[in-house]
Amino acid sequence: MKELNVTLKVWRQDGPSAPGHFDTIAAPGINDEMSFLEMLDQVNERLINEGKEAIVFDHDCREGICGTCSLMIDGQAHGPQKGTATCQLHMRKFADGDTITIEPWRATSFPVVKDLMVDRSAFDRIVEAGGFITAETGGAPDANLTPIPKPVADAAMDAAACIGCGACVAACPNSAANLFTAAKVSHLNLLPQGQAERYSRVEAMVDTMEEFFGSCTNHGECQEACPKEISIDFIALMNKDYLKAKFKNRKTLARS
Amino acid sequence: MELNSKIPEGPIAEKWTSYKFDRKLVNPANRRKYEVIVVGTGLAGGAAAATLGEQGYKVKAFTFHDSPRRAHSIAAQGGINAAKNYKGDGDSIYRLFYDTVKGGDFRSREANVYRLAEESVNIIDQMTAQGVPFAREYGGLLDNRSFGGAQVSRTFYARGQTGQQLLLGAYQQLARQVGLGNVELHNRTELVDVVVVDGVAAGIVVRDLLTGEVTSHSAHAVVLATGGYSNVFFLSTNAMACNVTAAWRAHRRGAAFANPCYTQIHPTCIPQSDDFQSKLTLMSESLRNDGRIWAPKDPDDRRPAHEIPEEDRDYYLERRYPSFGNLAPRDIASRAAKVEVDAGKGVGPLKNGVFLDFSDAIGRLGEKVIEERYGNLFEMYERITDESPYRQPMRIYPAPHYTMGGLWVDYELMTSVPGLYAAGEANFSDHGANRLGASALMQGLADGYFVLPNTISNYLAPLLGTTPVPTDHPAFKAAEAEATDRFAQYLSIGGTQSPDAFHMKLGRIMWDYCGMERTKEGLEKALAEIPALHEEFRKDLRVTGSGSSLNQTLEKAGRVDDFFELAQVMCLDALTREESCGGHFRAEHQTEEGEAERDDEHFAHVAAWEWSGDPTAPIRNVEPLEFDNVHLAVRSYK
Repeated sequence: MKELNVTLKVWRQDGPSAPGHFDTIAAPGINDEMSFLEMLDQVNERLINEGKEAIVFDHDCREGICGTCSLMIDGQAHGPQKGTATCQLHMRKFADGDTITIEPWRATSFPVVKDLMVDRSAFDRIVEAGGFITAETGGAPDANLTPIPKPVADAAMDAAACIGCGACVAACPNSAANLFTAAKVSHLNLLPQGQAERYSRVEAMVDTMEEFFGSCTNHGECQEACPKEISIDFIALMNKDYLKAKFKNRKTLARS
Repeated sequence: MELNSKIPEGPIAEKWTSYKFDRKLVNPANRRKYEVIVVGTGLAGGAAAATLGEQGYKVKAFTFHDSPRRAHSIAAQGGINAAKNYKGDGDSIYRLFYDTVKGGDFRSREANVYRLAEESVNIIDQMTAQGVPFAREYGGLLDNRSFGGAQVSRTFYARGQTGQQLLLGAYQQLARQVGLGNVELHNRTELVDVVVVDGVAAGIVVRDLLTGEVTSHSAHAVVLATGGYSNVFFLSTNAMACNVTAAWRAHRRGAAFANPCYTQIHPTCIPQSDDFQSKLTLMSESLRNDGRIWAPKDPDDRRPAHEIPEEDRDYYLERRYPSFGNLAPRDIASRAAKVEVDAGKGVGPLKNGVFLDFSDAIGRLGEKVIEERYGNLFEMYERITDESPYRQPMRIYPAPHYTMGGLWVDYELMTSVPGLYAAGEANFSDHGANRLGASALMQGLADGYFVLPNTISNYLAPLLGTTPVPTDHPAFKAAEAEATDRFAQYLSIGGTQSPDAFHMKLGRIMWDYCGMERTKEGLEKALAEIPALHEEFRKDLRVTGSGSSLNQTLEKAGRVDDFFELAQVMCLDALTREESCGGHFRAEHQTEEGEAERDDEHFAHVAAWEWSGDPTAPIRNVEPLEFDNVHLAVRSYK
């Protein structure tokens, strides 16, 4: 256990349309066993004691699964540790005397709510467009009626592991949401249960995605930033299905 | 207060079927004339809102998160039980029912539990149809593992992220309904009051977390699916925002609060490492399938784990409970760990944990198999502690995790306020005094998908042609004014201590006196200290910032204020329940071997507390529990 003295450069912004600025806050005496967010808790506790307003940041489960926490830390989405969400990053990854820059996700489609908190509801819109299997409650067949080869179930699970945090968008130079969308599309399109809506799903989700987000130019920053290390191979899978869908759905349309 | 559980007549296996036939129905074309509010979008709330939307009701769903997908159901790791008997190892609906009643130390309602076991099989079918990628065998069929308190393999799982996958399943169904316009979603909106007009639930008052604006919503029925209250202990495995406010505000408006002292302390969490700690992290119970729990025999043994030879280790669960071994139920495993640590045999820098050791399993199965089963949990452990469970045993210690107590509900999940329902962890109904592992996901989904959508029509049908109470009704206006004043008050105190500082102190009292072991003396002490601390909170709270833009300190103040009142009824409940059962262990009531000693003659009942206006003096009501199918026995896992 060591004590660290760090300096924070924190983005402060009163509201969506207010101008923002960096505040420099000294954070002495930080125990290196702390998580990054516990460090921020402590800084906030000190700010409150000084009569100042606490830094607003999104967080909840602190186990790397709910996807609520965000933060650009020294220009990297979720900070320096690979495959780790901000809430699971620990101060032992930092050195005494470090200056740490903390910003909100940077993307036009994620407007700042306040300080470090952004509005990611565009993700919900993408899922609402088609990120589901239509299987209304009641009447489902026995779960073992359709065997699913283990590799297929595993691949679907790899995609389904997405926590919807938005790091992929924040890391992308184009603010594209292809990795998020591809993860959901692939999870459902790989499974036998998802076949009925496979092409309408991918079309609706991609089209909705494009209303909000930039285009993918294969930088691969998203997969590097992803706390669940979701592979960009899923983007290829989505693109393949999208291309097919454009033909297939047109044909279906012509028949009706 | 009259507590009518409304349990249907007839043999246990036919109660639910006959209820579903006898209940009143609402014709599909009429459903759009009804408005239903669902608060909370976890497994229970998300599933209920989605299903009610599918059926055609006009639904408004509320969450304080940015998206329904963030609800804390997402953090459940290990699995979900279902009586599918896919393994052919003797499972059945009756066995799941029996295990759950026994696991709950005979303090739950038989009829509710039986229904839960019946619906468990439908949940797996439903979730698979929705695309939940459950783990599979090479032949493509579903895989199962074992969980505590059971001798069959009935737990379905999706790696170590079962809760996440199930919640995303429910969220996707909800998102579909939002997209179709059947459900109106209100995110970043927190319930601050429940409105009751003429003794019937009329709606809710909410606060927009972004603007601080307080508004009202009315409906024909209100469903609270707002989770449990483990965060009263400050340190728990719950997410940071989990709180009791919705349930507590409902309680203050007339809903009875049942068995608040039944709290579950989960045996396998990462021990606290220092005072700054903000929460504790759970390590899934599934680890106990392959991990062996032990402590050194000698309290002064300072050798690293791998240097301690077999004969100097005490595998105390295997020794004390040979037939269930490391898979003893949670309450029993937790207390056994406490016994070791209290005897000075704790391990780790603070001597506050015991070992969960995988070296045998790694030797037997190889590192690869263990990685496949628990890889993500091992990684999580290493990120937090900087120690690798592949090389040295995990250190674990019990932590508050789940609350079996909650709003009192009848068989229809209706609280003691007509038209107000509670589902999932927010209600008290199915787990008695102790919940078995992999049963919370089961209950949340059963309530949300299969129970509520059936029972709510029984209440709604006779209301055909009525409109909800308008939100300009004086009761709504008064509740809005009260809430607005309350939040303004927090801001105006101008004291010296933050809400977190108070929360931490309250948590300390609760953990010390109302935690894993309770005594009359300790509870009385807590009951003296809590009101004093609450008074200090009212005088010395400091909330910075304003009430008109997002203010997390202010949100926290409201939640801590409600925890103070809840804490008192928890201690009172623990004090008046003069027996030990499940998660409620009174040191005065134990056998010579240190096992829990129930008193069925005097306490085979639900204690449902009624708000009296004075948080120190609530009224205790009793609902007797009748056991017609399960024989009341001393719970033995030896």
